[in-house]
Amino acid sequence: MQIYLPIAEVSINAFILLGLGGIVGFLSGMFGVGGGFLITPLLLFIGVPPGVAVATGANQVVASSISGVLVQMKRKAVDFRMGLVLLAGGFAGSWTGVQVFAWMTARGQVDLFVQLSYVLFLGLIGGMMFIESSRSLLRARRAGAAAPIRRAHVHTWVHGLPLKMKFRASGLYVSVLPPAAIGAVVGFLSAIMGVGGGFILVPAMIYLLGMPTKVVVGTSLFQIIFVTGFTTIMHAINSQTVDMLLAFLLIVGGVIGAQLGARMSTKLKAEQLRILLAILVLTVCFKIALDLLLMPSELFSITPVVLP
Amino acid sequence: MIRARAAMLLLAALLPAGQARATEAIVTGLSQNRVQITANFDGSEILIYGAVKRDAPAPTDAPLEVIVTVEGPSTPLVIRRKEKVAGIWLNRSSVTIDAAPSFYAVATTGKLDEILSGTEDLRHHITIPHAIRAVGISAEAANSPDFIEALQRIRLNEDRYRVAEGTVQLAEETLFRTDVALPANLTEGNYKVGLFILRGGKVIDSQERLIGVRKAGLERFLFNLAHQEPFLYGVISLAMAAFAGWAASAAFRFMRS
Repeated sequence: MQIYLPIAEVSINAFILLGLGGIVGFLSGMFGVGGGFLITPLLLFIGVPPGVAVATGANQVVASSISGVLVQMKRKAVDFRMGLVLLAGGFAGSWTGVQVFAWMTARGQVDLFVQLSYVLFLGLIGGMMFIESSRSLLRARRAGAAAPIRRAHVHTWVHGLPLKMKFRASGLYVSVLPPAAIGAVVGFLSAIMGVGGGFILVPAMIYLLGMPTKVVVGTSLFQIIFVTGFTTIMHAINSQTVDMLLAFLLIVGGVIGAQLGARMSTKLKAEQLRILLAILVLTVCFKIALDLLLMPSELFSITPVVLP
Repeated sequence: MIRARAAMLLLAALLPAGQARATEAIVTGLSQNRVQITANFDGSEILIYGAVKRDAPAPTDAPLEVIVTVEGPSTPLVIRRKEKVAGIWLNRSSVTIDAAPSFYAVATTGKLDEILSGTEDLRHHITIPHAIRAVGISAEAANSPDFIEALQRIRLNEDRYRVAEGTVQLAEETLFRTDVALPANLTEGNYKVGLFILRGGKVIDSQERLIGVRKAGLERFLFNLAHQEPFLYGVISLAMAAFAGWAASAAFRFMRS
């Protein structure tokens, strides 16, 4: 069943869009990532114009994140206090990112900048996660299926910073500065890359803040709702590139997928979950890197000029 | 009598050479002059037909040929070229085109280079290169033939530009018809249909008609809302997302209990 999208101005099969939303939603619920880093390249691949893909992708991520966070809330796996601290940094970073994005657009190198950011951050995060989680998986196997002993409190320089606050749900007593700074970095990157930033947030919370894995997913989703919501509104006002019909189809598929994914995540071990996410992140990174390195079959590209 | 002959001579002198022997005129029709883009729009086929009207018996010097063009609304474009810099392919040079047709189709009764002369093509902007140039090209773009070629090549591949030689059916040198399939990814606006009858490479008569392509129903409503009330549109998009997220979670909880 073909459906004409009013803002994207293309006609696409409705079932493809539902399926796409479903797959991304499933991953979103399972890993606690928004799925923006997947939905945007996939929409481009099926012929949606880039501006519409980024803006509408953000809108779809809002829905799947809300659906996912509700499941996590029932499980009491959301640290709201930590989420708000991250968010405060997130808005500041996002605002800065929008300015940099505009500057790069004026210089005509925004595509390259976005692609390089993707390769750099996906590669870095994915590689780190893959090494760490496969190591702990091996350790667990060698120890005869016994879970590795993880110390809850590894004291580093992070714990010496001022403005300490108690995060009960995470069982942490740390300064608000590191989470706010992480939130700012994520906000900055999400404005530039058009993603929620979950794939950076999840490992940052685990490895930098030492939060327990069980609250990481819910807290990350909580923060993503607001960052992508902000992005959606900004795009709707600045460039009118949010396609509500496209978003609707992606969302219907996405929310169902997110529910299934969130339930699936309880069946897998934390290490397995991390290694799967790492593989996914590295695959996307590899694909984008190839596009930059291989000679394209068509050297020329046509971009419609957006009228002011 | 003498005065009448003098008037005819004067008339012949005033008219351009091509039209002086216009004993044949074109009469045309379209199966529809409006295309509505609704949610289930999947392209549209337009039947373009017509006849040749004559005051005298048909000339026998050269066969009659028909060309039909359909041109979509023009938009400004940037064409970029990738070059390899330090191992990475990136956009290095670009050319801006003030206006290029978003859609362009040519249908003919025969091979274009056989039925249409170069000068007539220049005058009436029939083939794709002339049609692109006619719409408007900056000095910068005119000096970059590579980029204009790339524009044609990419749009031909995307089926936005088409040359369909021999798809106009002509009966008894009088009646003609052709079908032009408009693609699903149409741009809104007025589509110009140009109809030409030719003999010996020269255009004898031509006519222009318009097809209005407009979004309708839900498509119209959403498009207008997005452009006229962007903040409200954004808020509604978010509300829809929030509701869908909650509804799915509630539905699954209900199913489990």
